[in-house]
Amino acid sequence: MGIKGKKIAVLSGKGGTGKTLVSVNLAALMSESNYVDCDIEEPNGYLFLKPKNIKTEKVTREVPLVNHDKCTGYKKCVEFCKFNALAYTSKLIVFENICHFCGGCMLVCPEGALSTKEREIGRIEIGKSSGVNTYTGFLKISEPSGTPIIEKLLDKVSTSPLTSIIDAPPGSACTTMDSIKNADYCILVAEPTVFGAHNLEMAYDLVELFEKPFGVVLNKTLDGENPSKDLCVEKDMKILLEIPFDEELGRLNSKGHILVNESKKYKEMFGILLHKITKEVGR
Amino acid sequence: MIIAIPVEKDSKESLVSEHFGRSNYFLIYNTDAKEYRFVKNSAAKSSGGAGIKAAQIVVDENTEVLVSPQLGQNAADVIKEAKIKIYKAQVGTIKENLQALEEEKLNLLSEVHEGYHGN
Amino acid sequence: MKELLILSGKGGTGKTTIAGAFIKLAQAQAFADCDVDAPNLHLSMELKDEAKVKDFYGMDKAYINQDKCISCGICKENCKFEAINYDGDKNKYTINPYGCEGCSVCQFLCPEDAISMEKDVAGQLILYDKEQIFSTAKLKMGSGNSGLLVSEVKKQVKSTNRGIEFSIIDGSPGIGCPVIASITGVDMILLVAEPTISGISDLMRIIDTANHFKVPMVLTINKYDINEDLSKKIEAICREKEIDFVGKIPYDKKAVEAVNKRLTVVDIDCQAGKSIKKVFDKTMNLFLKNKENE
Repeated sequence: MGIKGKKIAVLSGKGGTGKTLVSVNLAALMSESNYVDCDIEEPNGYLFLKPKNIKTEKVTREVPLVNHDKCTGYKKCVEFCKFNALAYTSKLIVFENICHFCGGCMLVCPEGALSTKEREIGRIEIGKSSGVNTYTGFLKISEPSGTPIIEKLLDKVSTSPLTSIIDAPPGSACTTMDSIKNADYCILVAEPTVFGAHNLEMAYDLVELFEKPFGVVLNKTLDGENPSKDLCVEKDMKILLEIPFDEELGRLNSKGHILVNESKKYKEMFGILLHKITKEVGR
Repeated sequence: MIIAIPVEKDSKESLVSEHFGRSNYFLIYNTDAKEYRFVKNSAAKSSGGAGIKAAQIVVDENTEVLVSPQLGQNAADVIKEAKIKIYKAQVGTIKENLQALEEEKLNLLSEVHEGYHGN
Repeated sequence: MKELLILSGKGGTGKTTIAGAFIKLAQAQAFADCDVDAPNLHLSMELKDEAKVKDFYGMDKAYINQDKCISCGICKENCKFEAINYDGDKNKYTINPYGCEGCSVCQFLCPEDAISMEKDVAGQLILYDKEQIFSTAKLKMGSGNSGLLVSEVKKQVKSTNRGIEFSIIDGSPGIGCPVIASITGVDMILLVAEPTISGISDLMRIIDTANHFKVPMVLTINKYDINEDLSKKIEAICREKEIDFVGKIPYDKKAVEAVNKRLTVVDIDCQAGKSIKKVFDKTMNLFLKNKENE
């Protein structure tokens, strides 16, 4: 047993805690790995890994297509649609960005006037950065939801023999759930503030709900109080690593450098983290 | 001519609603018959697409003129497709707005704000 | 009531910290937290009075009446959201509430009328309205409908109808549905940018999103000294995009201390607090001037 082929999801209740920092450095530390950026609203990992040989794949979603010649204006579909994505005036209007594509309109249409077409909602970019295969999802601007993008990303690595590091979207909404659903292990990253602790608790509730094994990385720790650490003690959460606040780290990170490639200290630090995770996953 | 106005209460004294899609009622006023009635806006509590559903209600009443303080993009798409004229409502009562409309003091609603998103 | 929305695209840029400081400085009579997924503003506010809490209902969710179900599986075959679980041992179908989006296709197709659509609490709406008005919410884990909840949070403030001049709103991160709902109808956006390559990437995406709505934007750089070159780049972006630049705020460890003492940065004597004060003056100047032009 080891970490090969396992899916490690990195998450945090709030953004900006260092989720991407932890993800890219873990991925870069391994001789071969997958890095999957599921934070499709604000993907950032590729800015650090700078992958090459990018292949782009469009991600589409099915939406209804109206055959206006067949539509006679029964409005059954308009009445049925729970999302209010359809309206009928002198012809049927489909609001594609509101449609969830449940298929209900097609089922209820007595004239068979509805079929499907594909609507582009974003893209994924697949590239390579040294030993890291990168998979990045991008939600198209002003598109409300990108669950199919996350599904496609995770599909790409589902049978990979390599370790996959999954950079999950912040929060605990459905996209975060989708991202961690099939993870073998979760890493929760938290800041040393009352905000951080509040959001760590949310992430904790989420991994508990999915009954995932997990550990916590405390980032940007300072001398003085750390409400997140207190919460770990209180809830008996395993602390995997503490990364002290460091201006050098801040600078390297702001420029998009990967710490483990630039600094011996951080290579060792993340080495210890990887070792701990490997042990935890192997349990 | 049939006029529709989003309103807060189902009474003649009601104020015009600030919202279109999530107003409580629509006043439907037939100027020829001088008859009015109130239609409950079943879209008001929708999780999403309230503007679209509200627009459908207005269209289904054979409305020719809509007086509303604002209109989302999606609702406007439906209203325009149905060739309903849209005037910008003033803050105030139904009566004040009907009078202003009659005296041609209301402007056509030109600005349409981007869609309302409720998932 | 005029609305000032504070947004950042990327999380962790200090949006809530700045919102807290702004509320304090403005002695704002009304404010709201639209980060319904991970609300934090309440943690830095002194809230004395009791909150009014009410359930927020999202889409109805399907429910299978096991007494009527004949386990034909038609519901599962037709569910596009893979929200119906099948237990082969018991030959039993159940709804996964986290997957169900409430489309009611299963209810429509069920030959035995065994499926009903039931009301579902998707979160809580919270309102403090004694002295200051503070509207916030908490979305239930794994829930959709966050955009609607954001709209409800904003509506709670407006519905108090006390003739208050303006409100300050802490927005949600990202560029998706809740952000779009946050932006809808506001009068000005204050963008909080961070001088990191991630921060700039996210900033460009949020600017594009906000441009869609034609709302005037101003921008401040937080923690500008972690990378001064990138801070200059952000100022250049402001010029190019015709966004008013309202100043920069240094990284300050004392900000962390303030947050942990449940204070705002302007409650303690620190550099970040002083800079925020300047940013605040410039922003409010533009926000209120903007108002007069209406």
